Amino acid sequence: MVSFKQRDIISIRHFNKEELLYILDLAKQMERTTYTDTLKDKILASLFFEPSTRTRLSFESAMQRLGGMVIGFADSGITSVAKGESLRDSVKIIEGYCDIIVLRHYLEGSAQLAADVVNIPVINAGDGANQHPTQTFLDLYTIQKTKGALEGLTIGFLGDLKYGRTVHSLAYALAYFGAEMFFISPPGLRMPRDSIDELKDRKVKCYEHESLSGISKKLDVIYCTRIQKERFADPVEFEKVRGVYRLSKAMLEELEIKKDLKILHPLPRVDEMDESLDKTNYAVYFHQARNGVPVRKAILSAVLGVIE
Amino acid sequence: MKHLDVSAIKDGSVIDHIDNKSTLKVADILNIQNEEQVVLVGMNLKSKLLGKKGIIKIGGKIIDQKEVNKIALIAPNATVNIIKDYEVVKKFNVAVPEVIEGIVKCFNPNCVSNYNNVTSQLNVVNKNPIRLECHYCERIMSAKDILLI
Repeated sequence: MVSFKQRDIISIRHFNKEELLYILDLAKQMERTTYTDTLKDKILASLFFEPSTRTRLSFESAMQRLGGMVIGFADSGITSVAKGESLRDSVKIIEGYCDIIVLRHYLEGSAQLAADVVNIPVINAGDGANQHPTQTFLDLYTIQKTKGALEGLTIGFLGDLKYGRTVHSLAYALAYFGAEMFFISPPGLRMPRDSIDELKDRKVKCYEHESLSGISKKLDVIYCTRIQKERFADPVEFEKVRGVYRLSKAMLEELEIKKDLKILHPLPRVDEMDESLDKTNYAVYFHQARNGVPVRKAILSAVLGVIE
Repeated sequence: MKHLDVSAIKDGSVIDHIDNKSTLKVADILNIQNEEQVVLVGMNLKSKLLGKKGIIKIGGKIIDQKEVNKIALIAPNATVNIIKDYEVVKKFNVAVPEVIEGIVKCFNPNCVSNYNNVTSQLNVVNKNPIRLECHYCERIMSAKDILLI
């Protein structure tokens, strides 16, 4: 039997297919009500050592829509961390003030460290370039909702696949559902070899390409990520690739694509997706951001044990 | 009479069947430069199993579990003999444990275990060839990435 009660949410790798589907089903139920008081005596500590808009606000919105309270900070410069306090000490102290911790930190593995030292649940809201499991839950939820199912889809991951933590986690999760995967990136930003090998070990059909041409018609979903200029040693190289990976309505009209193609993006975008896409039926990235609330309501309810 | 390439010791530890190229690394692990009794290091010795092997004999020292665990990571075929009065009183093969704590540094410079005095913890996902997964940042390390603390 699936139970999330008092569990830490650190890495998508800690969950099996049944557990992923459990949260997605619960999120669907959560969308039916905007406000309840099921968490009215609970306090969430929202500890953001790095900037965030969507993740932090959707967690706080989710908690408040469930009747719970939120304490925390979005700038660690105003806390004892600025005096040199260790992360371990900070979370140990904050544990006494709340029922659950949501943590974003620039060091990889920081959420696991926090979970090891406190006795209340810890939710990883992003640890460096490593994991961001609740983003993966909401990506899956968005795909399921807009495509009707998760099974047997063909997904194209586009952009920076080397450093994009959301891509690695989503690919890992989609492997449970028999997805076929195309990884489309400049040569220097390819999916890490370890990740590709792991997917192949799990019998996933995956292919690497440098552009959408020739494969666009196969795709049910494009998961687009930002190509970061700072990753390129030579700005000329960046200028060469940015156009190839810049999606626009006109570009999609030139390519052969499925009519029901959906485009996701974890946001923020810079210029890899033109605003001309926003009003097309392909664009679901704003819905995706909005889905953060029901998905995080589901996770908070399950972890705090108000839903069995 | 059996000829020994490296002389016998009266009391202490003998680490045999070291992969030849790892002999000096094992010597480092055992911190032999600080030993006060006899230390004998042999390399390029004939071995049926390894082709060429190394051997280290340390007088007056019984090696501890932490040292055995470190040796297992870089010389997985090594054997340890504890010697008393020229006799082998205990003999065992080194073995890689399931979890390695505090002896290998995570190779990811952005891993939390490299900050805040956190003790490193690596889970062994494969013993031969060695593959270690960091408990904290989930990165996978192979033999070439191993940096002993």
